[in-house]
Amino acid sequence: MPHIELPDGLFGIRSAMAFRPETAKPLNELVEVLLRGPSSLTPGERELIATYVSYLNDCYYCQTIHGAIAAASLNDDEELVKRVKADFQHADISDKLKALLLIASKVQKGGKHVTAEDVEQARSLGATDVEIHDTVLIAAAFCMYNRYVDGLATVQPHDDEMYRARGKRVAREGYVTVSTEYLAAATAGR
Amino acid sequence: MAHIAIPEGLPGISGGFAFRPETAKPMRELAHILLHEPNSLAPGERELIATYVSSQNDCYFCQTSHGAAAAAHLGDDEIVKRVKADFQHADISDKLKALLVIAGKVQQGGKHVTAEDVQNARDLGASDLEIHDTVLIAAAFCMYNRYVDGLGTWQPRDESMYAAMGKHLATEGYRKPSTENVEVA
Repeated sequence: MPHIELPDGLFGIRSAMAFRPETAKPLNELVEVLLRGPSSLTPGERELIATYVSYLNDCYYCQTIHGAIAAASLNDDEELVKRVKADFQHADISDKLKALLLIASKVQKGGKHVTAEDVEQARSLGATDVEIHDTVLIAAAFCMYNRYVDGLATVQPHDDEMYRARGKRVAREGYVTVSTEYLAAATAGR
Repeated sequence: MAHIAIPEGLPGISGGFAFRPETAKPMRELAHILLHEPNSLAPGERELIATYVSSQNDCYFCQTSHGAAAAAHLGDDEIVKRVKADFQHADISDKLKALLVIAGKVQQGGKHVTAEDVQNARDLGASDLEIHDTVLIAAAFCMYNRYVDGLGTWQPRDESMYAAMGKHLATEGYRKPSTENVEVA
């Protein structure tokens, strides 16, 4: 049961966002820019970073929904998503993305864990300053989203098909567009 | 030196914001709503939560700038130091102490927050919205702190700069840069 009274029928971060639409707006805008805005990293690559950090933070809802969005963005390759979570160094992804995932994992532990060598390694494999910046911020932002979702003890169903269907929809339409629906429904229900 | 080429002379998060205005916008907006807009928790109380979490995350820039904002709201430097060192014995309300316990749990990880922690805050008068905002402030500072330290931003040791920044944040909030009018040593 959630720690506070959240709107019925919504799960994970959506229930928290519907409880407080004022903060939901910048939270959705931030994730939209970071994971779907113009970038030299593909949406699939950025979703893999979000999924990996959420996995390290042990947030079931976030790692499952972002894993589903990642798969939907990567030709439905659910195996790749599993591999990245379990052992990204041996996953079929670019060396540059591996170096960025290493930086993301350091950020997850704490910002000071990122070393000049980690950054130099990513740069030598072709990462730009914006890509490094965005990796740090995606990892940092998911340390927020994950804590928000678990800190309120939101309801997080174990239903692969639900996450798969939502993942496809978010990959197609984006976070802000999808959010207008559940935020409007919750506001109407007040 | 910062890990990436962020504009020079901008301390802490200001450097990250100037480097990437697209992400700065929602990050500023979020801080403004959580810390500055009208709320049943006073701005000074919310800045204390932000300061405490930043201190637990060992982020010098964030704990000092938000500590200065808290001090500007409360007209009291000592209470900020006391909250960071030992909030259970600081001169703050029991409700705020219960919310700081929740914030401290969120800093460790969302699952650390227990039903008892929340019930205790509620017994001391905390509303659902106050509990929600405490969780989100603590979570958000786990982001801001990691962003500031993860980029290796410049974090000068200059108390007068932070004091000026704190006054600006306390009066103007977070939508506009706080460093524009600050003389950086």
